[in-house]
Amino acid sequence: MTSLLIQNGRVIDPANGRDELADLLIQDGRVAAVGRGLTRAAAEVFDARGKVVAPGFVDLHVHLREPGFESDETIASGTRAAAAGGFTSVVPMANTNPVIDTAAGIKFIQERAGADAAVNVFPIAAVTREQKGESIVEFGDLVQAGAVAFSDDGHAIMNNEIMRRALEYCAMFDVPILDHCGDLNLIGHGVMCEGEVSTRLGLPGIPPVAEAIQVARDIALAEYVGGKVHIQHVSCALSVEFIKRGKERGVAVTAEVTPHHLALTDACLERYDSNFKMSPPLASEEERRALVRGLAEGVIDCIATDHAPHSATQKDKTFDEAPFGVIGSETAFPVVYTELVVGGALTLPQLIEKLSTAPARILKLPKGTLSIGADADVTILDTEWRGAIDESMFRSRSRNTPFLGRQVHGKVAATIVRGRVVYRDGQVLV
Amino acid sequence: MKTPTEAQARAAAHSTAAPTPFQRKHLLGLEDLTREEVLRILDEARGMKDIFTRTVKKVPALRGKTVANLFFENSTRTRTSFELAAKRLSADVINFSAAGSSVSKGESLIDTVRTIEAMGADFVVMRHSASGAPHLLSRNVKSAVINAGDGTHEHPTQGLLDMFTMREKLGRLEGLKVAIVGDILHSRVARSNIWGLRKLGVGELRLVGPRTLLPKWFESMGCQLHYNLEEGIRGVDVINILRIQLERQSENLFPSIREYQVLYGLTTKRIAAACPDALIMHPGPINRGVEISQEVADGPQSVINEQVTNGVAIRMAVLYLLSGYRGGPLSEDE
Amino acid sequence: MSEPRELMNKEQMDKAIAELAERIDRDVAEPGATALVGIRTRGVPLASRLRKIYALTREWNLPLGHLDITLYRDDLSTLGSQPMVRESRIEFPVDGKTIILVDDVLYTGRTVRSAIDAILDFGRPRAIRLAVLVDRGLREYPIQPDYCALKIETRPNQTVQVLFPQVDGRQQVLLLTLDEGEAPEPA
Repeated sequence: MTSLLIQNGRVIDPANGRDELADLLIQDGRVAAVGRGLTRAAAEVFDARGKVVAPGFVDLHVHLREPGFESDETIASGTRAAAAGGFTSVVPMANTNPVIDTAAGIKFIQERAGADAAVNVFPIAAVTREQKGESIVEFGDLVQAGAVAFSDDGHAIMNNEIMRRALEYCAMFDVPILDHCGDLNLIGHGVMCEGEVSTRLGLPGIPPVAEAIQVARDIALAEYVGGKVHIQHVSCALSVEFIKRGKERGVAVTAEVTPHHLALTDACLERYDSNFKMSPPLASEEERRALVRGLAEGVIDCIATDHAPHSATQKDKTFDEAPFGVIGSETAFPVVYTELVVGGALTLPQLIEKLSTAPARILKLPKGTLSIGADADVTILDTEWRGAIDESMFRSRSRNTPFLGRQVHGKVAATIVRGRVVYRDGQVLV
Repeated sequence: MKTPTEAQARAAAHSTAAPTPFQRKHLLGLEDLTREEVLRILDEARGMKDIFTRTVKKVPALRGKTVANLFFENSTRTRTSFELAAKRLSADVINFSAAGSSVSKGESLIDTVRTIEAMGADFVVMRHSASGAPHLLSRNVKSAVINAGDGTHEHPTQGLLDMFTMREKLGRLEGLKVAIVGDILHSRVARSNIWGLRKLGVGELRLVGPRTLLPKWFESMGCQLHYNLEEGIRGVDVINILRIQLERQSENLFPSIREYQVLYGLTTKRIAAACPDALIMHPGPINRGVEISQEVADGPQSVINEQVTNGVAIRMAVLYLLSGYRGGPLSEDE
Repeated sequence: MSEPRELMNKEQMDKAIAELAERIDRDVAEPGATALVGIRTRGVPLASRLRKIYALTREWNLPLGHLDITLYRDDLSTLGSQPMVRESRIEFPVDGKTIILVDDVLYTGRTVRSAIDAILDFGRPRAIRLAVLVDRGLREYPIQPDYCALKIETRPNQTVQVLFPQVDGRQQVLLLTLDEGEAPEPA
């Protein structure tokens, strides 16, 4: 029987309303006890004095790039980046090569994850075959194979009829469609958010309404057919407004927001640095504030990174040629802790809920809690630490981060997956 | 002890006329420059233009330097102007056009420029269809980078030559009323003019064009927006007319060239709304009969050919001033 | 810097310029084929004084030009930043003329070398003569004045300043000596 005793930490477990100095005992990969002065002999003791003990973070949105783009990331490297960021579970998107749109694809991810992954991997599948937006996948077969949701992320679903049928059909399995919203005609050749900055820089703009229009459509369709929709990486105020109204009407809509949309604006693009190019694009300060407010008010349910690795050869191009996407696993906690908790928008327990409990609930994953008997996925945080984000924090194969050099508060001290310490003090241990 | 050279001794004897030091490695856009730097280039160009009147139109200032013209978009006009400017300063010139280079074979922009740099180019003059391409380059190569037009961002030497022409013809820039007419959204010439003219205290800067080509955000750059041509050019001292790109029609940014010409084409009758001797400018190449009528283009108020001559002087001034970069706190990227 | 020493006061300078004019005069065989060209900055007021003297005393109307040699300097790449290029104005044909090149102080000879190059870009003169008010020695190039009002010996840490009313508000020639370690004013 393996055991690990995490002593004297501030245990914050939003699922159980717990926030107290306590010990946490893990036995055989599960939470065995939480309380003060646990003295039971444990094989290993972790001194968490001065630190925060939280349920392991869950990232609903990563790109592990395997199969097909292994020079950017692999399941092995991407899950180590996740471990370094305090994430104990990740949901990799299906826009690989080939696209994950069959049970065999799901099986491939599960096998590779079983062999190489440092954290839990919950695969999803595409909504349409090859993500072409033309015909729906075998949802039932894929759910049985282990797909926890469906998403054409990386591509918008332009055909309203396809979206309607996908939502309608998936409702049978109570599985949500995760949608990357953005009307392709309105996006055109756009590479950044349309506004004052794009006008100055002379870069083709993407109007925020390109996203909001599809958010509104998704909500209207989900309401009509009684489906579940999750809006990925919400980036503008109007989308937040539509989600809010959808929730008020009782629609099964949830939403995520990324650390970069919470912390950065289009003003960061001044130097045409492609490490600030992502989809949806960074918007104005006004939009950013609406996202922070939406998260604080619960309109946006959770934080997800949209960790999107691209090698330097891909990114070292002119701004319009460089691919969309930035990495985010390793930097997520320090960035959002600084922006939201130090910034005063959220309390630490609220932030932890957005990073663990809420995303687990959206996909009904058995994660995001420190209840007795739950999987012992634990993230230990050092909220006292201050410093700059530097090269040593990264475990991804790629370095396309917009946060290098940024001054932050807080970091991940250790990551524990099913009772096993996979990351501690800057070292990945698996 | 340092020994003063004759020149230093001369300067010491006449320190009152010391100009603002110009210490920049690259010229990426006019937005980055200070008012004093813009003025220094314009003043310097006056001395350069003077060379055009000599029997030998060449001075040895940049002897031994190499200027590489790297044009990823065709522009005979701008490339030739840079070439002549470099040659009049005695620099060697190499011309690369994207069509004949390995760029079309998939070589990256940075690799292409590093190759040229390895051949000893001190300056890379680049025209590129991507906004920000010269910025990317300036971070990755050692040569000085001169932006000869990047996408729809800036065309700093065009902005400078436009200002030089206005100043030469009207004697000042302060207080002038200037209208820029056309596809403002996609115009790098408009942006460079806006930054430069705003810095130099132009009185009114009006942008004129259809709403789809004139987004509201230009207001934050200190401009007045006009969708009606007559209102926009009423009483102005300068009308700078932009080329309308025919392909914008297929993007549904305006219904047809015909309608554009009806609403925004500059004709003799229309320009009467401006000051009687308002300057008519155009960065070229001209679509005669579209954005500007034959009569206006060749009329007495047109300074289109002077703009071309002044372009060489401005580019000489820019090459001359950038060659004085010695590294230091004012550099953009070190 | 130690106290500047006066080499000429206003009256002495007037006299020296008059003498310089007289010496040049003997060589100006054909006033119609001779022109004065002042090197910017202080050669310009000196040349214009010479022109005025000839206009008053001889009724000669010599063409006057001025020359900015910045773009011909051989030390451009060693300067801190680029000096301002000013206009050169030679609005008469140079071909076949005797050009009297005028500067206030002759030192290393580099400026004169640049000025000769510059004049040649305007045409092919019959001859170029060099007139200076002060020759302070310490030549680096083999260039000698044809006419000189004052020849003195100086050290490299010294500067000769010729002041003209048009530029400096007074008329005087000064010798300045820089102290040990004191850098000369930058160009």
